[in-house]
Amino acid sequence: MTLALETTDLKVQLQLTEAGDWFAVCDLSTLFPGRGVAALLPDGRQVALFRDRNGRLYAIDNRDPFTGAAVLSRGLTGTHQGRPFVASPLLKQRFDLESGQCLDDESVRVTAYEVRAA
Amino acid sequence: MSTATTETTPTIVLVGHGMVGQRFLEALAERGLTATHRVVVLCEEPRPAYDRVQLTSYFSGKTPEDLSMTDMAFIEEHGIELRIGDPAESIDREAKKVTARSGLVVDYDILVLATGSYPFVPPVPNKDATGCFVYRTIEDLLAIEEYAQARATTGAVVGGGLLGLEAAGALKGLGLDAHIVEFAPRLMPVQVDEGGGAALLRTIEDMGLSVHTGVGTQEIVVGEDGAVTGMKLSDGSELGTDMVVFSAGVRPRDQLARDCGLTVGERGGISVDEQCRTVTDPHVFAIGECALAADGRVYGLVAPGYEQAETAAATIAADEAAFTGADLSTKLKLLGVDVASFGDAHGTAEDCLDVVYSDSRSGLYKKLVIGRDGTLLGGILVGDADAYGTLRAFTGSVPPVAPEALVLPAGAGAPVQLGPSALPDDAVICSCHNVTKGTIRGAVTDHECTTVPEVKKCTKAGTGCGSCIKVLGQLVTAELEASGVEVDKGLCGCFSQTREELYEIVLALRITSYQELLDRHGREAARGGDGCEVCKPTVGSIIASLAPTIGADGYVLEGEQAALQDTNDHFLANLQKNGSYSVVPRIPGGEIAPEKLIVIGEIARDFGLYTKITGGQRIDMFGARVEQLPSIWARLVDAGFESGHAYGKSLRTVKSCVGQTWCRYGVQDSVRMAIDLELRYRGLRSPHKLKSAVSGCARECAEAQSKDFGVIATSNGWNLYVGGNGGATPRHADLLAQDLSDAELIRLIDRFLMFYIRTADRLERTSTWLERIPGGLDHVRDVVVHNSLGICDELESLMAAHVSHYRDEWAQTINDPEKLARFVSFVNAPDTPDPVVAFVPERDQMKPDLPLLSIGLRPADTLEDVLEGSTQR
Ligand code: SRM
Ligand SMILES: Cc1cc2nc3c(=O)[nH]c(=O)nc-3n(C[C@H](O)[C@H](O)[C@H](O)COP(=O)(O)OP(=O)(O)OC[C@H]3O[C@@H](n4cnc5c(N)ncnc54)[C@H](O)[C@@H]3O)c2cc1C
Ligand code: SF4
Ligand code: FES
Repeated sequence: MTLALETTDLKVQLQLTEAGDWFAVCDLSTLFPGRGVAALLPDGRQVALFRDRNGRLYAIDNRDPFTGAAVLSRGLTGTHQGRPFVASPLLKQRFDLESGQCLDDESVRVTAYEVRAA
Repeated sequence: MSTATTETTPTIVLVGHGMVGQRFLEALAERGLTATHRVVVLCEEPRPAYDRVQLTSYFSGKTPEDLSMTDMAFIEEHGIELRIGDPAESIDREAKKVTARSGLVVDYDILVLATGSYPFVPPVPNKDATGCFVYRTIEDLLAIEEYAQARATTGAVVGGGLLGLEAAGALKGLGLDAHIVEFAPRLMPVQVDEGGGAALLRTIEDMGLSVHTGVGTQEIVVGEDGAVTGMKLSDGSELGTDMVVFSAGVRPRDQLARDCGLTVGERGGISVDEQCRTVTDPHVFAIGECALAADGRVYGLVAPGYEQAETAAATIAADEAAFTGADLSTKLKLLGVDVASFGDAHGTAEDCLDVVYSDSRSGLYKKLVIGRDGTLLGGILVGDADAYGTLRAFTGSVPPVAPEALVLPAGAGAPVQLGPSALPDDAVICSCHNVTKGTIRGAVTDHECTTVPEVKKCTKAGTGCGSCIKVLGQLVTAELEASGVEVDKGLCGCFSQTREELYEIVLALRITSYQELLDRHGREAARGGDGCEVCKPTVGSIIASLAPTIGADGYVLEGEQAALQDTNDHFLANLQKNGSYSVVPRIPGGEIAPEKLIVIGEIARDFGLYTKITGGQRIDMFGARVEQLPSIWARLVDAGFESGHAYGKSLRTVKSCVGQTWCRYGVQDSVRMAIDLELRYRGLRSPHKLKSAVSGCARECAEAQSKDFGVIATSNGWNLYVGGNGGATPRHADLLAQDLSDAELIRLIDRFLMFYIRTADRLERTSTWLERIPGGLDHVRDVVVHNSLGICDELESLMAAHVSHYRDEWAQTINDPEKLARFVSFVNAPDTPDPVVAFVPERDQMKPDLPLLSIGLRPADTLEDVLEGSTQR
């Protein structure tokens, strides 16, 4: 691994287990407000990361539970009744970015992760 | 615990779980009878009750599950014992026992027969041969579909009534050459009169179905293998066909009743009284199509059956109810043609008069039957049944305007549009569920319903055949407006403006940022937020179409614009079901030189892509991983290709025919014009996609009349057609102007497109827009041809700005490292492909590995095996 030259840039970090270590994913500057990116975790899981226009970060599982494709990071984000969500780009179901709860089907929820910039 | 209760709880046995049977169960539950009774249902079919009325929609993509009318939670919640695939075989009325096929014997206190009908098959020789079918159940449809696909190219339907036409439409939809053989001298003899039948015939023949009226079927001809090869008709002719569907009427299924000594009518049907109790046995009821009602009729429609179900349930609950007869009004869309008849459609009342409007050119026929005193008694509408809901509700009263005003088409001197607000409160709006205007108004005023879905849920109106939904919508809006509630026409939860209003705001105030628009013009609660998936792409599209004029960057991946785009636009490719993308380079007019064909072939081979010729005269390459898109496009751009915008709400293709250059009939160079148009309007972002075509003569090989703007060559120039549509609701385009020069044609299209982009709703194709905007085609012609609003100069200059600022999105992107960095599966592992995107071979190419997608849905702890499994492939 090469040493990062810009030490000033904040990293987006994920907490993979409760009270576990923080796992650095990417530079904060690569997260564009309103658009997501996907990250690969050491155990093969995929996470979708988002940043809203006020700079808040969110992380949920990248796998769309309705189709099986790993695409949630590519959906459009928005605010519904004050809560942030992403709409799956395939069949458009919306997921709450804080809890992972599907807003269009109460029986479906994806994992939500703790995320921070440090 | 249950044995004791079973012995003391009275038992209701329902035989037949069809549409009426299910309704009966709901009525029992509503009256609390499921709590006080044990309810056993014997259901013959392999699935619980489904929507038989919508049966044909199976062929337009509805699955058997979509058609289901049975909520299993309802069945469980009410403790109903539903025995699927276990029909009743005999009834012992003396012992009050029913025996089912499984051997189960149930003691009943009350028995309800809802066995429906069976299709009547005329006793012609070989009627049971391989390749002969009926049209009643989902199983029938599955069998028809399988046979048609495996071994038929031609199909004939015996019977030209309502079901016969549906069956013929289904055969045609399966790709067969379809024939209809009807014994009566016209189609739909029961519902329509001679004039209506003639209008229907012309329209149906125009759709490519062959109709043989006034002839009977004498014999089914079979080949050596015993399968159908044709049929002999009563006029001595023979019709070759690979399959036959009998649709010659239905007969009540009353055998079970006959066998146990219940009285049946002379022409069938279990005789019942006004309470739907059999005349023979007070413990037995009959409802639905198997019953011969007290008025001496067997009803073959679902609405009267529902009323009978309610009546029987009420009677069992010892409430007062009676079924004394029902209205036979129907409105149908048969093969896309509206057909409606209501009240005394055939004018059987003494001294009644007809008002008829008939226009055989456009397949319209409308007849009203009026009593001497001006009372509306009934009528028939063919070709345009928009007025059905209103007219049916006025039946039996003197309408507030002259009857002819009600049948004349708009614009032909029809002075009034009689809205539902003119109806009395007791007018029945939904005849399937017998819901009056008063009840619907009550739902809005007393139950605080504010949307059509809420009203449907609350009153059941509109949940049957669906023919009343239009009037229902008008009523709900009118009622909300009357009670001072402002009907929200806003684009979404973030904006109270329509798309058209937002366009005007963006243009007038030169707003180039979505956030600025949201924070200044959005709804109070949405300001400062992140918007939503509806308004972001809509506003992105408005800003993109106006970009050069308002001074925004027209590149959809620049700055904030990138966050507004739908996924497809964001990756400049079309997302497929497994997360891979398809790539469609532009092939203007469908013309392509061999060198370029070879490039496409080489790229597809080198990247292992699946290739297919599209319906839009170009080539689609499927299965590209997101990180492959830049390298694929680098090679395409290098070879002179541009983005085909298959992903955008923008111009797709301008199809062409070879035209004058090669074709012996061509009168203009249609290929050149198609290429010119495609290059002129490429990249133009619009409310929905835009399609076009240019044909070299009136033979129309490019199908221009099914396009948003279509051009057909004449010996004097070009005819321009607008508002055509293929897709789910096809519409023939309307002629906007004739014999135009090249320059005139382009000027008119410029104005037309810009006017559409300015005024259409989100995701509204030109066809629906043209139908919706006040004044329709005439208004559009006034604006774009006669410049009635004086905006043509502006429309033209908006288009000129678009044309001169066009840049190929892919060429821009592959030269921009910052944008290219987005084309990765994983931000932290840019070279690793997404393991869920995997492929398996099929027919010399490949397709997505679908099982892998569903494996991926297993809980997270098994994910590691999954990923391993996928790499082993
Ligand atoms: C590839 C293609 C089918 C094919 O294998 O031939 C196709 C594929 C899709 N069509 Fe189509 N349509 C294709 C020709 C057509 C045609 C025929 C034509 O253009 O002559 C029609 C009917 C004509 C029309 O639009 O009026 C057609 C009517 C539709 C519709 C219904 C539109 C409507 O107004 O009812 C949709 C749905 C929509 O747009 O909302 C649709 C939507 C789609 C989408 C975009 C669905 C989606 O979101 O995934 C498909 C994705 C394409 C992809 O991934 O590349 N496609 N589609 C054809 C691409 C043509 C091209 O070169 O661009
Ligand atoms: C293609 C098609 C289109 C139609 N379109 C319209 C329309 O537009 N408008 C309209 O009003 N009507 C329409 N109808 C008619 C409508 O479907 C019927 O009026 C309605 O289904 C009658 O309901 P039912 O419950 O009486 O009979 P069904 O729905 O036929 O149900 C009877 C059930 O009883 C079962 N059964 C019979 N014998 C036994 C037994 N011994 N034991 C157990 N079960 C038994 C049968 O298998 C069947 O499932 C259409 C029908 C068809 C086929
Ligand atoms: S539309 Fe006319 S000119 Fe074009 S290919 Fe067909 S017949 Fe020839
Ligand atoms: S009239 Fe059939 S649903 Fe209303």
